[in-house]
Amino acid sequence: MSKLLVSPSPHIHSKDSTRSLMLDVVIALLPAVLCSFVFYGWREILVMAVSVCSCLLLEWAITRFLLKKPSTLCDLSAVVTGILLGLNLPYTTPWWVVFVGAVVAIGVAKMTFGGLGQNIWNPALVGRVFLLVSFPTYMTTWSQPQGLFGVDAVTGPTPLGAINEGLMQGATVQDIMAQNGYDYGQMLFANLGGSAGEVCAIALLLGFVYLCVRRVIKPWITLSIFATVALTALIFWGVNPARFTGPVFNLLTGGLILGACFMATDYVTSPMSLWGGVVFGVGIGFLTMMIRYFGSYPEGVSFAILIMNSFVPLLNRAFHQKKFGR
Amino acid sequence: MSKHTFAIGGVHPHDNKLARDSRIEILPPAPTMYISVAQHLGAPAQPVVAVGDKVKVGQVLAGPGGFVSAYVHSPVSGTVKSIGPRPDLAGRPVPHIEIAVEGDEWMEDIDTSDNLVTDLPADNAAIIEKIHKAGVVGLGGATFPTHIKLSPPPGSKCERIIINGCECEPYLTSDYRVLLEKGEQVAVGAALIAQVMGNVPCTIAIEENKPEAIAHMREVVAKLGYKNIEVMELKMRYPQGSEKQLIDAVMHRQVRSGGLPISVGAVVQNVGTALAVYEAVQKNKPLIDNTITVTGKCFPKQVNLQVRVGTPFSYIIDSLGGMPEDAVKVISGGPMMGKAIANLDASTLKGTSALLFLTEKETRRAPESACIRCGKCADACPMGLEPFLLQKLSRIADTEALEANAAQDCIECGCCLYSCPAHIPLLDIIRTGKGLALGAIRARAAAAKAAAEAAKSSVIPSEAKESKK
Repeated sequence: MSKLLVSPSPHIHSKDSTRSLMLDVVIALLPAVLCSFVFYGWREILVMAVSVCSCLLLEWAITRFLLKKPSTLCDLSAVVTGILLGLNLPYTTPWWVVFVGAVVAIGVAKMTFGGLGQNIWNPALVGRVFLLVSFPTYMTTWSQPQGLFGVDAVTGPTPLGAINEGLMQGATVQDIMAQNGYDYGQMLFANLGGSAGEVCAIALLLGFVYLCVRRVIKPWITLSIFATVALTALIFWGVNPARFTGPVFNLLTGGLILGACFMATDYVTSPMSLWGGVVFGVGIGFLTMMIRYFGSYPEGVSFAILIMNSFVPLLNRAFHQKKFGR
Repeated sequence: MSKHTFAIGGVHPHDNKLARDSRIEILPPAPTMYISVAQHLGAPAQPVVAVGDKVKVGQVLAGPGGFVSAYVHSPVSGTVKSIGPRPDLAGRPVPHIEIAVEGDEWMEDIDTSDNLVTDLPADNAAIIEKIHKAGVVGLGGATFPTHIKLSPPPGSKCERIIINGCECEPYLTSDYRVLLEKGEQVAVGAALIAQVMGNVPCTIAIEENKPEAIAHMREVVAKLGYKNIEVMELKMRYPQGSEKQLIDAVMHRQVRSGGLPISVGAVVQNVGTALAVYEAVQKNKPLIDNTITVTGKCFPKQVNLQVRVGTPFSYIIDSLGGMPEDAVKVISGGPMMGKAIANLDASTLKGTSALLFLTEKETRRAPESACIRCGKCADACPMGLEPFLLQKLSRIADTEALEANAAQDCIECGCCLYSCPAHIPLLDIIRTGKGLALGAIRARAAAAKAAAEAAKSSVIPSEAKESKK
């Protein structure tokens, strides 16, 4: 008689695994990645390749030599971090700057805290912000996209940067918008200066819908960010349209869509409960707008998400699920 | 009309009802039967027969061993060979009565005909007594003695009977087949239960993946003219067959933590229990057999068997062609809450619902990895608990925090472990935490009781002292 396996129930498991969830995130990011390749050409492919490969290499090296634990590359979380970091950088970023970003993202923000699941801040964002404050020249000079295998022509600031700069020189928002020829339709589909992942809003939203349909993420965090940004902008813009930019402009510029759909919804660094998520999203939206309107940096999404990441343990403590019969 | 379901959590495992089209077959008794005296929740029954006694089918083998206990009857006729401990399916020794089968002679008062008896007796106390004497227990899993459930504490009022035909566990089809083949008997049993509880309305709840059973039961209820019995179609969702979740789905009322279903006016009985009640009251037939599904993707036959209680699992398996080669796990019950069998020589109990064979691939647990805080366990928990948190608290044995986070409410349905992408054995760990929380609650209750008694006894001496002065 053969031996029988005995273990407590349940005896079956769903097909979900960390790897399958991460794979879904990678799939959801593919449209945005492909768009960035098409718009920015081979240099963006290079940035993305360096970013993903260095993240994988660093995670492998740290688990192998420092932690002496089995490799965690199979869970694909390093690939997600790599892609997000790549999407957060301008395509003109030198390869060694990308590598430094990966060192900070994986080495400092992720593995120092104990690897996947233990980090407090989103690794890709920590990498991005580190580069932003350390190498502002590389990170804030953007070239207008020239298409696959094209050459750089115009170098200019991002829409948010242009507004920030223009306002400091005393111009009104309307003047700056007209001067730069910004158009919302164009913003939605492509072709504005910015980091790779900001280039195509539709591609990002497509990925977001995919993640919601596959039930990888729930839409509350993202939607509450969008709603808060729109509402805050509406109030300020309604009061003084010459000084403050409007809701549509703020929704479509900067890394807002990328951040709200893919960075703020990172499992590890976002609250688990519905209302915790809503408060988290409202906080990100509000902080983003405050930084954009009143801060010295033109762009606030990264900082806003990192700040709210810090509150996640508190939010998890404060907001719980509705319990049955209680 | 939108379909009803429960409010919180739940998962959707593939239902794999492989044996749904197999008619119930009758398995003859094994040459030697082993009848456990601990087939129900509560105190084990006390044997009333001695070695060497000749017994008939339906004769009492053991009487109740306490208030919460049940009669055990002989499922076969023959000679009592031994009374003593024998390993159960987990290998733990439990007293069994061994009977060598001789012929198939039934007690004279049992009606063995197929006639449907629809005239309900008027005396409710007599009905409950018959259910008690027939050893009927809840066949939905808990095997709680039915006569106690049908005698609610004074002050509580039953408003609705729910007959549980959800069978939300994957693979299981025995309740489904009973509904299709013995629907009339189930309906009469439901009517009996509804009458006993004060002529309350009754809902037969069936999940949407069993449309044939829903249609058939609607027909049966209409044919029998039961005005206060309705058949309700529920969405398919596990664990809908859990008592609290089912009451929520049908009545939109949530039983409070630590409370009984009767506190919200509900009494839930399984389809199999309703059939057993019918047979006990209308046919004088004690609970000596039940329908079990023998199934599995690796098992060549998919059958629903009517089996006498006390049949060794190995006998059932051998009579169907033996163990499939690639099966590594045999489960008594469904894949979500069933028990893995360690000892195939153990015998079936009243509450046995299935024998399920799983291959290594189907049941393999992937190695545990780090929690990614996705919250899928909390989304899946039908009690609204946070398994990721309870798991951490269980590991550090923080009893106070476990209780504060309602570990004692866990119904052990397995949804958390089923859905965890990091393959953390959440439920395995939380079971220990639930034990800690329940232990603390019971200890407090016991201490409060002791303190109350101490206070009562201390009052008298002090009064006595004063009177002396």
